[in-house]
Amino acid sequence: MHLLAIDLWFILEKAILVFCIIGLSFFIAMYTTLAERKVAGWLQDRHGPNRAGPFGIFQPLADGGKLFFKEEIIPLASNRILFLLGPALAMITALVTSSVIPWGAPVVTASGTIPLQVADVDMGILLVFGVVSVGVYGIMIGGWASNNKFSLIAAIRGASQMVSYELPMGLALIAVLFMTGSLKMSEIVASQAANGWHVIYQPLGFIIFFICALAECNRTPFDLPEAENELNFGYHQEYSSMKLGFYLFAEYINMFISSAIMATLYFGGYDIPFVNEASWGLQPWLLSLISFGVLMAKIAVFLFVFIWIRWTIPRFRYDQLMSLGWKKLIPLALLNMIISAAVMLWLK
Amino acid sequence: MQLTNRAKPVDRSPMTFLESLYLWNIIKGMGITISHLFKRKATIQYPEEKRTFSKVFRGLHVLNRDSDGRENCTACGLCAVACPAEAITMEAAERQPGEEHLYREEKYAARYEINMLRCIFCGLCEEACPKDAIYLSQTFAPANYGRKGFIYKKEDLLIPHPLKEMEAYKKAVGDRAGNQ
Repeated sequence: MHLLAIDLWFILEKAILVFCIIGLSFFIAMYTTLAERKVAGWLQDRHGPNRAGPFGIFQPLADGGKLFFKEEIIPLASNRILFLLGPALAMITALVTSSVIPWGAPVVTASGTIPLQVADVDMGILLVFGVVSVGVYGIMIGGWASNNKFSLIAAIRGASQMVSYELPMGLALIAVLFMTGSLKMSEIVASQAANGWHVIYQPLGFIIFFICALAECNRTPFDLPEAENELNFGYHQEYSSMKLGFYLFAEYINMFISSAIMATLYFGGYDIPFVNEASWGLQPWLLSLISFGVLMAKIAVFLFVFIWIRWTIPRFRYDQLMSLGWKKLIPLALLNMIISAAVMLWLK
Repeated sequence: MQLTNRAKPVDRSPMTFLESLYLWNIIKGMGITISHLFKRKATIQYPEEKRTFSKVFRGLHVLNRDSDGRENCTACGLCAVACPAEAITMEAAERQPGEEHLYREEKYAARYEINMLRCIFCGLCEEACPKDAIYLSQTFAPANYGRKGFIYKKEDLLIPHPLKEMEAYKKAVGDRAGNQ
């Protein structure tokens, strides 16, 4: 019976939070597509889309609407169930990772504290890694079910790329966990607020993590699974209508979430830099709002860098990708881990 | 044999470990792209903003009128002969008594068509015309949904009447007013 004894308010609070975060993820993903096209334009001496509404702010709505009204084609030779499962899985995994990220300082009210985090589980960051590695199934199933050789090659590329780059990513993360001594996201943020951001102590670890995040999000220069000019859009070649939209959207949500995770792990999460916000004497909800805004600003910077990199660097060749992952990043990440372990032991 | 002094030898030495991480070169490249963020945009926002053409720009054809508003064209067919793309078709007609205010000479073009899809805008018709009746303006053919819309009839080509529609006439003449 004790399962039923869960506080109803608790469920309501979490449900509202989940809806807000999912809504936020969609909103940010929508406007990242616009930002992508705008920044691409600016970097190429163009204006970018500016016809739909002022400065083109309705462009994502128009794009989404177009995808909804497009004809939906399921190839006869495809495996129908898996074909439908692919984009759904990609979207679900993209959204689930947002559950452990602390989005702002907890709101302290008279009746208790409301953390701006759906689940502050003990293995927080490991959950993210677990879900991200499930995310590769979205690509693999989609590519396999399409029954198209380009899609299959892309799916294989995507799988191998994700597996290869999760290793250095995890190794870079271990060095961070040495410093916090906890996998809990809230404690990772708290320890950074107390001792300074991890990027100061772990610059190499951050660079490795960032490169791997690019690879995990299938962003240029690691966008081999959807190489337009060699694989014809890769794993989502056979997809049309909103199923294609789901894949593309999941990619942007992944970008948003990985930016949030990088901000949380290395840039202090919702911590406001250079100030002691507790001494301002502000209302707790206002403080939470400001800290949420700070996290969003950090995420926006990361998203800009993601886009900036995309419009600068051409795609890696497959062998370059593999040699960079296995021969360069893994040894570097191992070295980084060993050195930080040694330094921490020595400081003790 | 060396032809110029501009040849540069290509460095084919194998990459060092740091180079093979591509980081430094990527940062250099990102510096270049970010500098373009602040550069002037090359785009011209078309319907609102239009590119200014040179005075000798060869655009859409205009069939000219004289200062009294009479059509200059006598349907001699020299433009059609001169046209390398064979884009011009015409049919001549005789001026009837009482039509002197419409046509300058006793023969005129009853039908005059230019296929703008065939036309190469070379301006040879303009050069061939002995009556100064056709010249190329500074506008270009707008987009259309069908091929038929690109066959410009006499009504589409005739310049506005200089006395009845002065504003439109001045606009159509444009920079070339002095050449008449």
